[in-house]
Amino acid sequence: MSAMPGIVAINTFREAVRDRVLYNLVLFALMMIGAAILVGQISLGIERLVIINLGLSAISIFGLLMAVFIGVGLVYKEMEKRTLYTLLAKPIRRSEFLVGKYGGLLLTLVVNTAFMTLGLVAALYYVGRPFVSADAWIFVAIYFIVLEFALVTAIALFFSCFSSPMLSALFTLGIYVTGVFGTDIRDFGEFTKSPVLKVATRSLYYVIPNFHNFNVIGAVAHGEAIPVSLIWQNSLYAILYVTLVLVAASAVFSRRNMK
Amino acid sequence: MSRLRATGVPWAALAAIVMLFGLIAAMQARIDADARGFAVQKEELLLSSPTAIQKLSLGYDSLLADIYWTRAVQYYGSRLGPGKHNFDLLYPLLDVATTLDPKLIVAYRFGAIFLSEQVLGANRTDLAIKLVKRGIEANPDNWRLSGDLGFLYYWRMKDYSDSAAVYLDGSKKPGAPPWMKLMAARVAAMGGSIDTSRMIWSQVYESTQDPRIRKMALKELEELKAQDDEQHLDELAADYRKRFGRFPVSIEEMRKAGFLPQVPVDAEGYPYRLGADGKSRLDPRSPIVIEAPPKPPGASN
Amino acid sequence: MSTPAIEIVGLTKDYPVGFWRKRMRRSLDNLTLQVEDGEVFGFLGPNGAGKTTTLKLLTGLIFPTAGTARVRGRSIDDFRMHRDIGYLPEQPYFYDYLTARELLDYYARFSNYSAVERRERVDRFLGLVGLASAANVQLRKFSKGMLQRAGIAQAILHDPPVVFLDEPMSGLDPIGRREVRDIILDLKRQGRTVFFSTHILSDAEMLCDRVAVLAGGKLQGVGAPGDFVSPEVSGMEILFEMRDGRPLPSVLTRAVSIGTRYRLEVPDAELYCTVDRLRECEARILSIAPVRPTLEDYFIRVVGQERTAVHALEGMAR
Repeated sequence: MSAMPGIVAINTFREAVRDRVLYNLVLFALMMIGAAILVGQISLGIERLVIINLGLSAISIFGLLMAVFIGVGLVYKEMEKRTLYTLLAKPIRRSEFLVGKYGGLLLTLVVNTAFMTLGLVAALYYVGRPFVSADAWIFVAIYFIVLEFALVTAIALFFSCFSSPMLSALFTLGIYVTGVFGTDIRDFGEFTKSPVLKVATRSLYYVIPNFHNFNVIGAVAHGEAIPVSLIWQNSLYAILYVTLVLVAASAVFSRRNMK
Repeated sequence: MSRLRATGVPWAALAAIVMLFGLIAAMQARIDADARGFAVQKEELLLSSPTAIQKLSLGYDSLLADIYWTRAVQYYGSRLGPGKHNFDLLYPLLDVATTLDPKLIVAYRFGAIFLSEQVLGANRTDLAIKLVKRGIEANPDNWRLSGDLGFLYYWRMKDYSDSAAVYLDGSKKPGAPPWMKLMAARVAAMGGSIDTSRMIWSQVYESTQDPRIRKMALKELEELKAQDDEQHLDELAADYRKRFGRFPVSIEEMRKAGFLPQVPVDAEGYPYRLGADGKSRLDPRSPIVIEAPPKPPGASN
Repeated sequence: MSTPAIEIVGLTKDYPVGFWRKRMRRSLDNLTLQVEDGEVFGFLGPNGAGKTTTLKLLTGLIFPTAGTARVRGRSIDDFRMHRDIGYLPEQPYFYDYLTARELLDYYARFSNYSAVERRERVDRFLGLVGLASAANVQLRKFSKGMLQRAGIAQAILHDPPVVFLDEPMSGLDPIGRREVRDIILDLKRQGRTVFFSTHILSDAEMLCDRVAVLAGGKLQGVGAPGDFVSPEVSGMEILFEMRDGRPLPSVLTRAVSIGTRYRLEVPDAELYCTVDRLRECEARILSIAPVRPTLEDYFIRVVGQERTAVHALEGMAR
């Protein structure tokens, strides 16, 4: 295994930190504090529900935006600013460079999420509920959210290889929304009279990244258990899809002429 | 190998991508299969109040309404399989859809039938009435909804005075067909009867394009025909007894005696049978099942 | 005959231009060239001649339309070739959130050094390019000249056998340029091959074993700097002043005035009678020196021809 991607990844992480990206944690902390205090006042027995719903949703949204807005610049910025020139002259394959940039952003997201998790746990603690074993499922929900990040980042990186940040962000978010409503799109297709449309929507369903697979926030907020089979299935799905997108990105980037 | 490379197309990458898509599709199918029960649970738990959803919808109300309506129908369909007759989420889903889009008439109509339906439905006539009443409030000129409410009062609640009142009210709405006034009069005068019921269900069948509702209506009409036929056969058997001093052994015997031209069959093609007590009943092999029929006025049971 | 350090055969690059990207502009046309091991090779040409294109092709930033090239026997397609090269791009840009030390440390990681060795190298090369005092300053605060030095440092810190420099002197003051010249000479002394592009001809004359001249994407000529100039003396150049603002004698009107002084070129044969005439009008003779056509003259002539040809072509196209 080459060490090159790791070198690039660490540097990408360093860039994110120095770009003060992690300051979003401050906003998150403020939100959780506000929520915990408010909820503590109401105490209708739904504290856990609200804190977990809010906390997990915030983790998801913050991370998603970060994945998209940093992701679409990952390669584009380096090409625009020509920082890539000296780097590509080194003995590093273009694909290794891509994997490195990807890994660096993913690492940033994981670190960001870890801090947010601490914040969520602290808020839960403050609200006064004793921890129950059902709370363990929260971590599964967070793991699924991280899997979502992994997939969104890969897609943003892919577009970053050939498209401007604005367009890339639109495409990436568009694909994300499509993936969230995947089952509905397929169901709409079932209602049409045209067999062509039925086949088209069903095929589309299997091809798009179905982000709805990863959303267990509601269940976990109610203390429900997550089927273990779903855990390894989602992991495998994410691995397969991320691999696919990175292969595609590599194919596009490897023969691209720098300006 | 280098000749492939020379074409400039990344063949290896394309092959890998196609293969990966195949694996991904298989994985998705697996997830869907395994998580079916969990997903529905998920749905239930995600459902908060309709007003909350409305606030979160960021203005895309009618789109979300359509999505929830689609989900309601999918939900209903998915619960028709054996051993799954729990329709608890049907009302909440329809509730959200109609809150987001109060003019979503199809949702009210679907709810009218399938919320009140006893076996293949939620068996909650109260919720059905609640939903349709809201629909009428939001769409005061829609005669079809009045028809649905009238139907609910008549068929489910056996509340003939309310039913007649609703039909009358509906008959005054723009575009209302003449049979509504007729229905109001019949129900007011005669209460429940097989003929009236058949009229109502026929109208339900005619007034909708929804294949599920039509299927339900047809089933009811078949049952009503069976009831009607049985009543008719019972009367003939009583006549036979008056004439010959005993009940006929079978319907075939009645035919031989000239009481009827041939042995009648039900709507599914199965011949009726005659019991020792002179009461006719459906062939046990027939798929038609008579649920609790409305009492005709003055009839004893 | 050992393998040439750089071997270029028929290298060509077309760019799609125009709104629909249909027309092709040929920025490099069939370049064939060899650079021997240990040579300092200058790549000359005006702006837009294709020098940077060539360097980008050799370093794998862009891909050729046709032709091949090898560096130390390895094709430019092979990423392992990059172990043997160092590259300074024209106007280098670096991650401006890193300090100079961090940048060099980062690049050094792509070669196999232990942590200790890496630190030692980074310090040494920071010193070599004169950035030791600015080692911990973020690159966003660097001047153009400082960035240039950082660029040179990263190009050579892994001791590559072949070094590609694109306009290494640009952005540097005369002291900086002298330092770069010393670095290049030092590299040569270490037996490395240096391939650099420039349009400062005096640097090329001074440093290079051989030069190639590129214009309009085509190779115009290759050889030692001395080969471009004719050995014969074409005449003598006299610098003189007129006393007390006296007018120039009519015989000497060919003289060109440079401020208060005059410069006159005369063929060898006319030297002495010209000097006599100057003495007659009591001009003060400042210097008499032989004139030989320089690389610059060759350059201007060749480029001028190329430009005329290009304009002619463009005229026809219209």
